[in-house]
Amino acid sequence: MNSLLDPIVRLGRLTIGGIRHAGSMALFAVALAWVLIPAWSRPRDIAQQVYAAGVLSLVIILVAGGFVGLVLGLQGYNILSNFNASESLGVMVALSLVRELGPVVAALLFAGRAGSAITAEIALMKTTDQLAALEMMAVDPLRRVLAPRFWGAVISVPLLAALFSLVGIVGGYLIGVVVLGVDQASYWGQIREQMEAWEDVGGGAIKSLAFGAVIALISVYEGYRAEPTASGMARATTQTVVLSSLAVLGLDFVMTAFMFGA
Amino acid sequence: MSMTPDRTDMITLDGVHFARGKQVIFNNVDMRFPRGKVTVVLGPSGTGKTTLLRLIGGQLRPARGQLRVDGIEVARARSKALYALRRRMGVLFQNGALFTDLTVGENVAFPLRAHSRLDETLIRHIILFKLEAVGLRAARDRYPAELSGGMARRAALARAMALDPEVMLYDEPFAGQDPVSMGVLLRLIRRLNDALGLTSLVVTHDVSEALSIADHVIVLAGGGVIGQGSPDEIRVQRDAEPALAQFLDGAAEGPLSTNDEGRPLADELGLGRKILRESRGESQEEGQKESQKENPGGRR
Repeated sequence: MNSLLDPIVRLGRLTIGGIRHAGSMALFAVALAWVLIPAWSRPRDIAQQVYAAGVLSLVIILVAGGFVGLVLGLQGYNILSNFNASESLGVMVALSLVRELGPVVAALLFAGRAGSAITAEIALMKTTDQLAALEMMAVDPLRRVLAPRFWGAVISVPLLAALFSLVGIVGGYLIGVVVLGVDQASYWGQIREQMEAWEDVGGGAIKSLAFGAVIALISVYEGYRAEPTASGMARATTQTVVLSSLAVLGLDFVMTAFMFGA
Repeated sequence: MSMTPDRTDMITLDGVHFARGKQVIFNNVDMRFPRGKVTVVLGPSGTGKTTLLRLIGGQLRPARGQLRVDGIEVARARSKALYALRRRMGVLFQNGALFTDLTVGENVAFPLRAHSRLDETLIRHIILFKLEAVGLRAARDRYPAELSGGMARRAALARAMALDPEVMLYDEPFAGQDPVSMGVLLRLIRRLNDALGLTSLVVTHDVSEALSIADHVIVLAGGGVIGQGSPDEIRVQRDAEPALAQFLDGAAEGPLSTNDEGRPLADELGLGRKILRESRGESQEEGQKESQKENPGGRR
């Protein structure tokens, strides 16, 4: 009897746990929203976080962007040349990157590289009473520690996504034009003619801004709410990467449906 | 219900009740922390000593009762008033809680930079004074990871003193310290209190060290206060209160249990029935028959 009910009980427990988690994150988001603007009274803190989260993620983003561009160029050429359309390679690579792969892959990499680091740092500060010490010094940790890290991620992700796409397009150029002999003028010319500044570039930028905000919120929340133990910290960093990745992919579908759907 | 500050007591607790889940930490306790004195709060581990500091700092709120610091009821204070109150308190955390990515000097400067617009030269002078007071002036450019336990504790003390607090709260300042560091800390706590006219609250379980610097002593156990008064008064009270005597003597036997309560060990091991039978003098064979009756399929 018990084993029959077990899956249902577990499902119920998971659902309730999930709802509680979402509710507590929503309350946290409201509390954080109050201090986001005041946090700009210390722009240096935010600049430091842009460096820690953004600049230090450059290598992985640029290398990954280059490889994705190379693969896109290679696969795209193989398919397009079947239809004698290999001169459209440029616009295919560019659109895939700017609309989808740039924002999504850059966000996923950012969550793994920087989001987990933000969570671990905040969780460790909590475990070693540094956040409590701030509170007792009459300094709000939300405003002083969490808000600058939130801004650091929100500012970094769109910039990293743009660089990812840029390097990817150059990668596609290298494989398509330099190696496989696609006409150079049509590679760049078709990109220029067929890409819309607002719809394509703007759409990608809005996406990556939204992804940045979601990753930033999850990262600081998981760190702040981490259990102050070794396993609690481990769970928090894992949770950040898993939740951020799922949130980015889910949000990407919804945003794509709205922006490019009909 | 008077809101005017009490002249004799800096911190007062009246009928304070606090629980974590089902575990009651404080059950209707009253405490007094006299102004300008060093008060030592003693008690076995897990009696809520650190919780008391968090209640005083407003990081936790009591379920019932009133806790006042200089006449201000902490639980009712709005965040602005609470932050203003915290600026008048310094806290030395159990593990120091230094900011690990800042040097010792920057740690001490942190509260000054957060709460004042002092000139950098002046801040530098204050840092030097504070570090000199704890004997760490030469370590100002070192990072917390490069300090010994005792030095980290003193650096944290310098940071806690940076804003010239009126109340100093020490959470287990002697835990894990060698005898020399402990002696240095004891002297510092006493001297700082007297020289700066502070009210100090030291939470610890090091009985003899604590009593040597205390003006006022509070002993906690089992969710309540089992002794309160001057060190001499505490020594008198011990005769009437067995738990107090046990704690002060560090005796293994007494009303203060160190084991968590639960089922008897024999029960947990599944031996209860067997031991009971043997004590009744029943033979082992009878016991086997009985167990077969209980478990007719013979499955285990």
